[in-house]
Amino acid sequence: MTRPSNPGAAYIAGAFEHPTRLATGLSIAQLHAEVARGALEDAGLGIADVDAFYTADAPGLGPIAIVEHLGIKPQIVDSTDVGGSSYLLHVNHATQAIAAGKCSVALITLAGRPRAEGKITVASRFAGPDVGFESPYRSSVVGMYAMAAARHMHEFGTTGEQLAWIKVAASVHAQHNPLALLRNVVTVEEVVNSPMVADPLHRLDCCVITDGGGALVVVSPEIARSLARPKVRVRGAGEFVKHIRGGYPDITSSGAVVSGAQALAEAGVTPKDIKCACIYDSFTISVLIALEDLGFCEKGKGGQFVSEGNLISGVGRLPFNTDGGGLCNNHPSNRGGMTKVIETVRQLRGEAHPRVQVPNCDIALAHGTGGWIASRHCSATLVLERE
Amino acid sequence: MAETIQTDVPPPNVDLDNEQFWAAANRRQLRIGQCTKCQKAFFYPRHFCPFCLSADVDWALASGKAQIYSYTVMRRVDNPYVLAYVQLDEGPAMMTNIVECDFESLRVGQIVEAVYATSKNGSLVPMFRPIDGH
Ligand SMILES: [Zn+2]
Repeated sequence: MTRPSNPGAAYIAGAFEHPTRLATGLSIAQLHAEVARGALEDAGLGIADVDAFYTADAPGLGPIAIVEHLGIKPQIVDSTDVGGSSYLLHVNHATQAIAAGKCSVALITLAGRPRAEGKITVASRFAGPDVGFESPYRSSVVGMYAMAAARHMHEFGTTGEQLAWIKVAASVHAQHNPLALLRNVVTVEEVVNSPMVADPLHRLDCCVITDGGGALVVVSPEIARSLARPKVRVRGAGEFVKHIRGGYPDITSSGAVVSGAQALAEAGVTPKDIKCACIYDSFTISVLIALEDLGFCEKGKGGQFVSEGNLISGVGRLPFNTDGGGLCNNHPSNRGGMTKVIETVRQLRGEAHPRVQVPNCDIALAHGTGGWIASRHCSATLVLERE
Repeated sequence: MAETIQTDVPPPNVDLDNEQFWAAANRRQLRIGQCTKCQKAFFYPRHFCPFCLSADVDWALASGKAQIYSYTVMRRVDNPYVLAYVQLDEGPAMMTNIVECDFESLRVGQIVEAVYATSKNGSLVPMFRPIDGH
């Protein structure tokens, strides 16, 4: 591995996942406050230290309302909303801002209660000029991922049994997470025999819906050196928006082709160097396509890669979503990017559950896909390193 | 002339970006974007070309002949339906529904043709159905 000179590095000093999965008595503002407190306590910092604030889930007047609610005095706010990958973008943007000397302690919070509110669809804030041509066709999130899966099966011979292995791996990990919504270990047969939701995706190919949230604290090297926690450096980051390109879709690959290459190149590592990956698993197909696009296997060979058990900690070469992921553990606010970063940080600190902790986990990857993989989405990748 | 079928689909949200498309659909016409500068056809149609940003574009008439690029059967609703991308003979693909079909016999690459579905407010929505023997 060659190490690029990167004097403006930044570190993830605090990470916190809200323990709730059903926030009946908690407001979104309260959830923001609780995850902010959790991540700052984890880092050993206070709210007065925060000089930059990032969120994609703020009610009311965007980040301003939460900044006031928490009593922050930020020099930078960023409410970039690209769906589930938003929080990986926020880490990237905070890292750039710290490297540029614009701030030194960036707080990133996610909070939502889709389960308590009974809202399972993505909000209409996504309505753009594309929607007017598509809404009569009753498109849906699962429908868009299902079409990607159907096309992947057509082009590469991928099977439902192969996709099921992704859920199996997540469930094997989730059994060790006392907070996971689903802790039962499932088999390939149980996945493919669960009710069909949108062909070829079954119910167990889909992630859970939960409330809660999470927070991260990204800090400058000077601040990181002053703290007691293990140092997790943001070594590489990439983001890319992919869409249907004027009507010429290529829905078996994602923006990860660009975001992953960018993050790995910036980190100066290859997929072989990655010890653990936390990959947004809105659906099993989301993971399969990301694995191929990030270079963990050849395009079209993702089905074989996952069915060899490669995603299972202690068994395969790329333990993934060792907290159980969105498929089994937690998918707060319908945005899985935050929890991917949190579990990656746990692994690099050696603080994952002992039964799923990857030995000598020094370099790990977090990846998110926001939006709809078969039409328009934003991929974001982070390569993190324990120093 | 393409046929009209009855459905329970929601009406389109007509706005400044798409009113020409939906007005044409009500005349049983399928309109796509065609750039007169770089010659590329595109979907969805818009007031400029997404390949070269030229404003010199036509809302060109498409033949309505297409093949299925990908599809899924949406099962968890009262009346299951087929969500699909079809690739038009003119080049670009569009999102649509496949109607008047046997779910189990659908396949990627299948030849389909445009039909017009009456939405809840009476306006017409282009959809596609398999051509017999394909
Ligand atoms: Zn053009």
